[in-house]
Amino acid sequence: MTTSRLKSLVESLIFVSDTPVSLDRLCGILEEYGREDIRSAVAALMDEYAQPERGIALAEVAKGYQFRTREENGEYVRRLIKIKASRFSQSALETLAIIAYRQPITRAEIEYLRGVDSGGVVKTLLEKKLIKILGKKDIPGRPLIYGTTKEFLEIFSLRDLKSLPTLREIEELSAERMNEQQEELPLEDPPVGASHGNGAVERDGD
Amino acid sequence: MVRHQVENHDNSEQYNTLYNVKLDKFEGPLDLLLYLIRKNELDIYDISISIITGQYLEYLKLMKELNLEVAGEFLVMASTLIQIKSNMLLPTREEDHSGEEEEEDPRAELVRRLLEYSRYKEAALLLSERKLLGRELFARSFPAPELQTVEKSDEPLEVELFELIEAFRAILAKAPRESFHEVSAESISIAERINEILSLLQEKELILFDELFENSLDRDYIVATFLAVLELCKLKMIRVRQQTQYGVLRIMPAVVEPVEEPRSEGGGDDVAT
Repeated sequence: MTTSRLKSLVESLIFVSDTPVSLDRLCGILEEYGREDIRSAVAALMDEYAQPERGIALAEVAKGYQFRTREENGEYVRRLIKIKASRFSQSALETLAIIAYRQPITRAEIEYLRGVDSGGVVKTLLEKKLIKILGKKDIPGRPLIYGTTKEFLEIFSLRDLKSLPTLREIEELSAERMNEQQEELPLEDPPVGASHGNGAVERDGD
Repeated sequence: MVRHQVENHDNSEQYNTLYNVKLDKFEGPLDLLLYLIRKNELDIYDISISIITGQYLEYLKLMKELNLEVAGEFLVMASTLIQIKSNMLLPTREEDHSGEEEEEDPRAELVRRLLEYSRYKEAALLLSERKLLGRELFARSFPAPELQTVEKSDEPLEVELFELIEAFRAILAKAPRESFHEVSAESISIAERINEILSLLQEKELILFDELFENSLDRDYIVATFLAVLELCKLKMIRVRQQTQYGVLRIMPAVVEPVEEPRSEGGGDDVAT
């Protein structure tokens, strides 16, 4: 069986699924094929869809693959499905960022970091399924601990939590903005030295 | 005098409106402090506490003048700032560095929090710059979060009125029809049944619809019970649900979900106000 046949199979499977399909899942279904072949078929498809004339892109989100419309076309797609572009409030984004980087985290810890009561935001984020209750922390009072969901990755188009910028990168960005220097940031190799990275999401490959 | 430091705009007429707009943006005391530090171009590691405290208090005053509700957190921070300020005025005792840990800069804790907070604020900014699914990007048949119904197949379905009536008919069908003998008008009132159902619900969290009719198959009783159920629904005092379509109806008290655990959940380490 040829590689183009495999590519076509992969395309069908990803097309039909309404949530991102992981490589493991693809391998489970396409049991006649090798994992590496499947991986390169996905990569080839991604390249094909990356052509600017396509209205659909193959995205890698939430540890899986999913067809999504091109971002440039968003406005027109919204006309079709008639929803207003919603925005997240500043407090929702702050809380979400804290949870994303510091999970598992209790509400008291979130509130300490933000300096404000966060009960309402946490509730909203729970309702929107962007965060979930992971369990209870084994300290007096057994407070609930929160973490982000798969939906969070899907909505923010993140491959996984590791693909969030590290807090060290953020710190440099933040320093940049503070000094109002508009120089370009080097994309790779953050200089060693800044040492306020406690609790950062570690980036250690996969 | 401080006012001029706070905002360099000359026209004092515009003053209030300017603040009004700005104040909305502050997420909390830390946010306000960061703003003041940046505006004054202060080194975050060496904040001039007296400038910051002065301007911070000025903001609080303005918030009150504008009748904005000043959240308790802002006041806590104000007292923290004043405490730091007074600590810094105190001369450091030279005598007892006899092995005890060095006295920390009174600002250290605040600086740590500010740095930490500014990092997450930046992270939030980065998140907001991302292309969002359901806003810029769309996937096939991915319902927008707003349109997504809460119900999932394994969650109880809310019951339609007709299903309720159908269940009632089934109960009624069980009732013996030919009761020709005289019945003394010992009718049971709906109010009575309402109270009975409510007290049943206090005993147990959940009653099955059929259970309500176990005691009697008298038509009046059944009708009163059914009307009581409808009445309770209308009063929003009970919830009627079923797991599957045409499944057993379950009646639950419509208690508002216990509001999330009170603030005390953080254990004893919270700074009491």
